[in-house]
Amino acid sequence: MTGFIIRRLLQMVPMLVAIALLIFVLFSVIPGSFATGQQDEGLGLDMAVVTRMRLELGLDDPLHVRFGKYVAQLATLDLGISFRSRQPVADMIGARMWPSLILTAAAMGFAIVIGVPLGFVAALRPGSLVDLGLMIVAVSGLSLPKFWLGILLMYLFALTLGWFPSFGYGDGGLYHLTLPAIALGVSPMALLARTTRAAVLDIMNADFVRTARSKGMNEYRVVVWHVLRNALVLVLTTIGLQFGSLLGQGVVVEKLFAWPGIGSLLVDSVFQRDIPAVQGCILVISLFFLVINTSVDIAYKLIDPRIRYT
Amino acid sequence: MSGANMPLLSVEDLHISLTTDAGRFPAVDGVSFTIARGETVGLVGESGCGKSITALSIMGLLRDPLGLAGGKIKLSGQEIQNLPASQLRALRGKRIAMIFQEPMTALNPLKAVGTQIAEMFVLHQGASWREAESKAVDALTQVKVPAPAQRAKDFPHQLSGGMRQRVMIAIALACEPDLLIADEPTTALDVTVQSEIVDLMKELCAARGTAILMISHDLGLVTDTCKRVCVMYAGRIVEQQDSERIFNSPQHPYTQGLVASLPRLGMRARHGRRRLTEIAGVVPGITAYPVGCRFHPRCTRRTEICETVVPELTALAEGSLVRCHHHG
Repeated sequence: MTGFIIRRLLQMVPMLVAIALLIFVLFSVIPGSFATGQQDEGLGLDMAVVTRMRLELGLDDPLHVRFGKYVAQLATLDLGISFRSRQPVADMIGARMWPSLILTAAAMGFAIVIGVPLGFVAALRPGSLVDLGLMIVAVSGLSLPKFWLGILLMYLFALTLGWFPSFGYGDGGLYHLTLPAIALGVSPMALLARTTRAAVLDIMNADFVRTARSKGMNEYRVVVWHVLRNALVLVLTTIGLQFGSLLGQGVVVEKLFAWPGIGSLLVDSVFQRDIPAVQGCILVISLFFLVINTSVDIAYKLIDPRIRYT
Repeated sequence: MSGANMPLLSVEDLHISLTTDAGRFPAVDGVSFTIARGETVGLVGESGCGKSITALSIMGLLRDPLGLAGGKIKLSGQEIQNLPASQLRALRGKRIAMIFQEPMTALNPLKAVGTQIAEMFVLHQGASWREAESKAVDALTQVKVPAPAQRAKDFPHQLSGGMRQRVMIAIALACEPDLLIADEPTTALDVTVQSEIVDLMKELCAARGTAILMISHDLGLVTDTCKRVCVMYAGRIVEQQDSERIFNSPQHPYTQGLVASLPRLGMRARHGRRRLTEIAGVVPGITAYPVGCRFHPRCTRRTEICETVVPELTALAEGSLVRCHHHG
């Protein structure tokens, strides 16, 4: 087991390099230059300044040398200096990390706590009113754009009812967290409900469930002893994929609710052409995805003995 | 009937229907048979003739779109087909147990096999998990699994097909049931393992006085295992005979076809070189059973009456039964 975890963690290294390469190449091929990009609209550019910056940033080096330097820089956890604030990007992201993490975790928590049981109940009574209601909730949840759902939530719970604030981080407590977390969590909740329903229905028709019934078990025991864990293996995939991408999906919601997370930092940095900050944000969001995926793989191994060491 | 003569299981005029959008179809149509205590009875027929659903109906495990449409199932004289779910559950596993065809999918892939056996003791004997787990090791010993204490901790995917089927037998016989229903127990296994499993089943059941209802498409296997054989075709029993006689004097044209299609040891020495013959045609689907005798489209002896009138089950000598207008 320990060997499996170590190997799985080591596999992250080449993935990280690949991500760094992709980000690096992407920012090397987009039009414009690091140097001119720092000037507003390229107006009144002083060529002397541009030349000095090209030298300073090493932009005249060959591509592979620059990539080498970039990776070396990343290896020391240095994400560069922001063009705008002149602060280290690592510090800027560090300050935004916690709000983003609690928002993502809260949204995922909401999705799991509501979505999985809903899917379960629907699967145990297929074709019932509960099942039908769930399908309606799931389809609507998947089709509502997050920004629009966010505005609806703001209108209802902040403006009309006044239960929650319409925006802001406050002290990061539930009071401020609830609305953005729901706005972000509804779509993974809907997806999880549907996946869970499908997984449970699938398992309920498995041969070993028939064996369990032939042993004389009541349905409650059949579900708890035999269906639950098998369905969880299938649901875990969806949980992992959703959780991993949620930090990136948070961009819209963070912006909408003025949540001081990585998503809003990313959007602001894009508008300000703050390339080191943009690179840093993308890197951290990708890293998060990677970490979640690796954790899910390890969780698989814990739940399902059939998973082999690879 | 007095207690001594009362059969362990009696299935009387069993009807099972298949409900589809196109209507209700008789999947099993008037099946009757009995099994005495400790007796071994075989149910033979091609795939799709209703053997397995007959077995599932005895277990009370029919699920939509299949449902009981009539008839009685009696266990020691007590009708069980309409028992409430809780009472039926108390019978299942304890008095009637079942072994399924595919031991890989019939076992939960995420539970150690020992635990899956132990469940029986927890469910029916109120044992604690710890007690039950140690009884499970005993059960594995009885089905002759080597190193049972270690194997109990294994997961199904770590065992071979034969070992898995032994685990299934251990589960089925854990509570010493009165009746064991074995639905194609060896079909998914290698030929060499098949006879081991069948012998093991016979031996353990004989020692416990457990009756066996053996379901198979393999007439040879069933006659080797069972004292009496019922041949099913398209949802009806067409012939019932003692195993010893059915090979030498099959009465129904379908049974005769089955016998003629089987290679048998010593045949060539006794009767000279002969071709194995097949039965022309295929089993009709449940939604398309023919009128009259359901075998008539494939039958070489068919006459006009076969196409309109359902033949009755006719009693022959020695307790044999046949359902054919032109038997013999």
